[in-house]
Amino acid sequence: MAKSELKLIGRWSSPYVMRVKIALNLKSLEYENHEENMDPKSDLLLQSNPVYGKIPVLLHDGKPICESLIIVEYIDEAWLSAPSILPSEAYDRAVARFWASYIDDKWFPSMKNIIIAEGDEARKPYLEQMDEVVSRMEDAFGKLSKGKPFFGGDRIGFLDIAFGCFLGWLSVIENVYGRRVLVEAKAPALVKWAERFAVDPAVKGLIPETDKLAELSKSLQIKWRNALANK
Amino acid sequence: MADEVILLDFWPSPFGMRVKIALAEKGIEYEGREEDLSNKSPLLLKMNPVHKQIPVLIHKGKPISESLIIVQYIDEVWNHKSPLLPSDPYERANARFWADYIDKKIYSTGRLVWGTTGEVQDRAKNELRECFKLLEGELGDKTYFGGKNLGLVDVALIPFYSWFYTLETTGNFSITEEFPRLVDWAKRCMQRESVAKSVPSQYKIYDFLLELKKKLELQQQ
Repeated sequence: MAKSELKLIGRWSSPYVMRVKIALNLKSLEYENHEENMDPKSDLLLQSNPVYGKIPVLLHDGKPICESLIIVEYIDEAWLSAPSILPSEAYDRAVARFWASYIDDKWFPSMKNIIIAEGDEARKPYLEQMDEVVSRMEDAFGKLSKGKPFFGGDRIGFLDIAFGCFLGWLSVIENVYGRRVLVEAKAPALVKWAERFAVDPAVKGLIPETDKLAELSKSLQIKWRNALANK
Repeated sequence: MADEVILLDFWPSPFGMRVKIALAEKGIEYEGREEDLSNKSPLLLKMNPVHKQIPVLIHKGKPISESLIIVQYIDEVWNHKSPLLPSDPYERANARFWADYIDKKIYSTGRLVWGTTGEVQDRAKNELRECFKLLEGELGDKTYFGGKNLGLVDVALIPFYSWFYTLETTGNFSITEEFPRLVDWAKRCMQRESVAKSVPSQYKIYDFLLELKKKLELQQQ
């Protein structure tokens, strides 16, 4: 059987790219990593994702798939070998998709806004938004894990990947820009889940070092603040 | 059994329309409950505590929220007829991509067209034109985005056809002239019973959106 050619256009710092890498690791798939500098964007990226020009893009035998969660579902459907990434029951899939969509809606935008904000007062509402997400996810974890180590059960699954990919950036927010958000007192189950997630074989080595992300965040802060000023 | 499936809805919502179309395509009997969004029912607040929004599908007492998630759920559970997603993984990813694109762009951009004036409206109009151009490109020569049959992307987009008269009138441009293939596609969709009974007339929606616009303007004063 011919070996599939997989190429991932991404960046070490992107939580969305990490989602795809975790999925590929879960399925034990080898792939070529194409590191994007994003400034300027490579021809390959612009040709593969003409609509958004964003990473990640997975190229499977040259055909592009875009949007991190869509790519993760694709990987799960194209490679049917165990483990399954999405839950097996339709209702559980709908619930997992719901929470992944919630995270995309609320979690990263809050982090971005905290980095952009000037001063503690400006950061406060976004930190409170993050508190709310943590509270809801702690609740969801209780219901969905059913006593098992992950949202997906015994092994990490779709929702673990969707949420866990942000742990590196969360550390930057907590240590550099804001305050602790994922704390034992408020989210005891999630704190333990995060520890387990970080050392899962499919995740190991993928969470960037806080120092490196913090350094990057300085230039992102300038870029994002400028973009707002020029609107 | 009709009491197994309940849909919490609001008739002008394009997102509610998506679910109604999917339910009709599959021939599913359900109880439709109209919500008053200024006075949300305890059931809605209980079934969608996070967003408190319609549509919510309640199947055997369990809620599903977010229109495209609901449509995929319907497709997966009632898989005996009218598949809304193709079976090939790459084509499925492509359908999800365009449905997601529609979700990201059409509602917010369209709202700026009918809700604003001047420079802001002009920018929104041009952005909407770009969206329609891309979507026409994706449609190509196909009967539907789903190919020979209605698919996820068709279901995601067709409710916004009910906005066309409003967009044309408030934006002072002709979607029919500028995007004839898209309008032809929309008319083909509207000929299907599932769509015709789920998507209200453009004039009814126009009246509704103008009322909504007035309310929003009053709120801002």
